[in-house]
Amino acid sequence: MTDAFVPNAVDKEPLAGSWSDRVSARVAANDVFYAFRTSPLAIVAAAVVLTFFLLALFASQLAVQNPFDPAQLELINSRIAPLWTADGQRPFLLGTDEQGRDLLSAILYGLRVSLLVGVLGVGFAATLGIVLGLIAGYVGGWIDSLIMRIADVQLTFPAILIALLIDGVVKSALGNKLDERTMLAVLVFAIGLSFWVQYARTVRGSVMVEKTKDYVAAAQLIGLPAHKIMLRHVLPNAMGPVLVIATINLALAIITEATLSFLGSGMPDTMPSLGTLIRIGNNYLFSGEWWVVAFPGFALAALILSINLLGDWLRDALNPRLR
Amino acid sequence: MLAFTLRRALQAVGVMIAVGIISFVMFRFAGDPVNQLVSIDTSAAQRAEIRKSLGLDDPVLVQFARYFADAAQFKFGVSYQFRQPVAQLLKERMPATLELASVATVLAMTFGIMIGVYTALRRNSWLAGVLQAISLIGISLPTFLIGILLIYLFAVVLGWLPSFGRGDVVRIGWWTTGLLTVSGLKALIMPSITLGLFQMTLIMRLVRAEMLEVLRTDYIRFARARGLTTRAIHFGHALKNTLVPVITVAGLQFGSVIAFAIITETVFQWPGMGLLFVQAVQSVDIPIMAAYLLVVSLIFVTINLVVDILYTIVDPRLHHTISRGA
Repeated sequence: MTDAFVPNAVDKEPLAGSWSDRVSARVAANDVFYAFRTSPLAIVAAAVVLTFFLLALFASQLAVQNPFDPAQLELINSRIAPLWTADGQRPFLLGTDEQGRDLLSAILYGLRVSLLVGVLGVGFAATLGIVLGLIAGYVGGWIDSLIMRIADVQLTFPAILIALLIDGVVKSALGNKLDERTMLAVLVFAIGLSFWVQYARTVRGSVMVEKTKDYVAAAQLIGLPAHKIMLRHVLPNAMGPVLVIATINLALAIITEATLSFLGSGMPDTMPSLGTLIRIGNNYLFSGEWWVVAFPGFALAALILSINLLGDWLRDALNPRLR
Repeated sequence: MLAFTLRRALQAVGVMIAVGIISFVMFRFAGDPVNQLVSIDTSAAQRAEIRKSLGLDDPVLVQFARYFADAAQFKFGVSYQFRQPVAQLLKERMPATLELASVATVLAMTFGIMIGVYTALRRNSWLAGVLQAISLIGISLPTFLIGILLIYLFAVVLGWLPSFGRGDVVRIGWWTTGLLTVSGLKALIMPSITLGLFQMTLIMRLVRAEMLEVLRTDYIRFARARGLTTRAIHFGHALKNTLVPVITVAGLQFGSVIAFAIITETVFQWPGMGLLFVQAVQSVDIPIMAAYLLVVSLIFVTINLVVDILYTIVDPRLHHTISRGA
């Protein structure tokens, strides 16, 4: 206690050193970073997630073939077991499927599709939710009631059901002959529309708290327009919880995409995601080709588990009540 | 209290009207119903005939009113794919889904509460740690992967359980049940575990968190001071107070169990409403999609309403805040 009254107490901090030294010192002293450094589970989970992203990013460099180019597939290579079994053949480390497609290459490309849909879907959901939440919280009145009522109604239904419905309706409205890019866009749209509610509610809650503070009154007094106050001043103070939701939602979005693809209304066979690969592989379960479904399934489970672990940890690390 | 119940009921009706509008818009505007019914070589005159007989030339408002009136009597039109009344199809499929969802919920509640209490009371034991870890894996594994894993283990490798269908069913009135035959029960094991696992992990984590919260409260400390046995404190006081939110969540979750049954039913080819819906989405059978949406919404809204009202009856504190006009 007495230290606080000693004027020189500040001098105990290392004043010498460059600006970057001080920044790195601040980062190192940051609670969240400290919690990260001391949690082996979080480090492992982050490493696994990072690896998955890198694998997806460099899929075309790492894969031994382009699994979607029919010219590169040889039927003679079909149904080869993984390399370490008696029937394994080079270069097919994880074996091949019915069409002679190298499974590892297919998984790398599928991972790319899964992550792309997941990240874009969460991005769309977060943007939509943040904008609607900001408007609801800042403007209030009947607009607030309308947005929140829609959110309430939507929250009664599971996201997967909404995504499935939107996906089905959009596809039937656009006609049945869709190319892969449109299918991907439809999936992103469906996932975004199913997950925006949580962001809207969280942002609205924080905005209602921030709105009453002096800095907002000051900004209003100097005549800043509402959209500037919302985006530049209120929003940054409401972003913490949004990041946690986004991390946890990434896993949910990837599961939703995989589920839709597994049910046959997501990504098509010509540009499969991990879910599509699992649906295809499921057909070979009874004929003994277990690897066609096992490895995509394992990749999906590992990806989701590590994202969930990271999200769980982040939530606890940012929650002051648990410290 | 009466005012609260009425307001809740009105809200429920509002939700159903909103869903009805969405369902009608889907039914009417997503895809051309006539194209689904005819083959390529149907003449334009025949198409116009069908269009007229379906009432698709009437003003939209008239069609909407007719749709609403029909839906209120559970008439949902004719499926494009099966050429049968949708209501009939749903009625045939509903027992399978409700039976699966109920068994899954009972399993999830029983094991979820048991494991949750254990992990809360023995939170530092190694078994509690293992169970916590398994629960995280249970949440992370997508439902269909769990189903495939179970099928591979118990149907393909071991050959103990059937991998698809309901087994033999017994007909009681219009209801069919698989609970009364051996093959029906065997067929129920894997789907209900698959469907219930997510709910179980959810309930388990909830019970654990609530239990830990309650054990910190003053009245538990007071109970200890009174010299009550640990058993009486844990199960008579702590668990009893934990169960109110748990039952609420489990009740509200019953709706999502029915929705998630879509996935489980697809994996196990379980002849329920969910499988019907997935097939409808794939073949753009809009009448079935619209009807499924309406029926499932009705189930959801009813459950939410009942749980809301029961909750205020069970917990007098809530009743107090409501009568003060919250």
